Amino acid sequence: MIDALNAVLALLVLGLAVWTVVARSTFAAAVGFVAYGMLLTLAWVQLQSVDVALTEGAIGGGLTGAMLIAAASRLRGTEAAARAERPGLPIRLAAALVAACVAAALAIAVVSLPDPAPTLAYETADNLAATGVGNPLTGVLLAFRAMDTLLEAIVVLFAMIGVWSLAPDRAWGGRPGRVQRADPDGILAYLARVLPPIGIVVAVYIFWIGADLPGGKFQGASILAAMWLLAVMAGLADAPPVSRKWIRFALIGGPVVFMAIGAAGVVTAGAFLAYPDGLAKPLIKVIEWALLPSLALTLALILAGAPERPVR
Amino acid sequence: MSLVDLFTVVAVGAGGFFFLAGSVGLLRFPDALTRLHALTKADNLGLGLVVLGLLPRVDGVLGGLKLIAIWLLALLASGAASQLIARVARRANPPA
Repeated sequence: MIDALNAVLALLVLGLAVWTVVARSTFAAAVGFVAYGMLLTLAWVQLQSVDVALTEGAIGGGLTGAMLIAAASRLRGTEAAARAERPGLPIRLAAALVAACVAAALAIAVVSLPDPAPTLAYETADNLAATGVGNPLTGVLLAFRAMDTLLEAIVVLFAMIGVWSLAPDRAWGGRPGRVQRADPDGILAYLARVLPPIGIVVAVYIFWIGADLPGGKFQGASILAAMWLLAVMAGLADAPPVSRKWIRFALIGGPVVFMAIGAAGVVTAGAFLAYPDGLAKPLIKVIEWALLPSLALTLALILAGAPERPVR
Repeated sequence: MSLVDLFTVVAVGAGGFFFLAGSVGLLRFPDALTRLHALTKADNLGLGLVVLGLLPRVDGVLGGLKLIAIWLLALLASGAASQLIARVARRANPPA
């Protein structure tokens, strides 16, 4: 029974992936991508990877989906023109061939993995006690492979700078996005008043529980970012000009704390990003608390888009 | 099969029926507003009945409250989203 459900789920994921690729309208493809992300979340839950499922739902489906929908609505004006200059058959065939080769190479790589697949899961489980955290994912992300997490936090920051660099000269340092004109008594404003208190509690809960159970700062931060954007979209709040000093400090705060603790590890524990004995868990907590607001703000500003309104 | 099992099967089955009916309505109804109506029935009644059926099986009060909270959040989200979609649909095709 459960096998049949899994097979249906796999077929749905594959079918929706194909549909998203061949969909004619950009908006329909973006909506298909969001639904695809939600189905993929279910697939991860079925694979007992609740951490990955949470991340896929929050970042893969939710945040990326919102970005794609925003991009699609901006491209609406140019869509007819883009469709008119459709490439000829040889180019399309060549593109299909390249895509098929990449897919085949990936499939061969996956199929030819040794069985059982090489894993560090046992070593992680054996050494998890040294970090003091209960969730092996958090142990890997903030102790065994802390370097990856540090670089990840910085990559997100770079992505945001990339978004900012699309600003026109006159709006540089200004407020991101357009002015939102929602009905102040409408349903969106109502939702934006009712939902954020609940969302903030859920975000902090998911963040807090991440030390011992599935959850963590990235998932919590994306919920916080979504709540803030809801208030902005409903016209209840406005995005601040990105040249504000407090924004700049809040953005780099998390990565700076992370790097400072990592550098201190050179002196106290003999390696960059190493934690002294017995202090691993409190230091991991400090890093997580410092990263949460920085990540939430970074993700929110990526979604808010390039500055469009000059500071007056 | 105990009475609790029977209750779960009946309630979750009824919930599944409303999801099915909602999906059929989404595919068969003639315009955007009636399709939205069909869809929110699936969210509200279908999910509500599934949650009701699962309530006797949770361990502890907290788990049950979480299930109810999920249903209430889905109600809030689907109600708000369908009003927003309905407004756009009405603007695109004003009633005669």
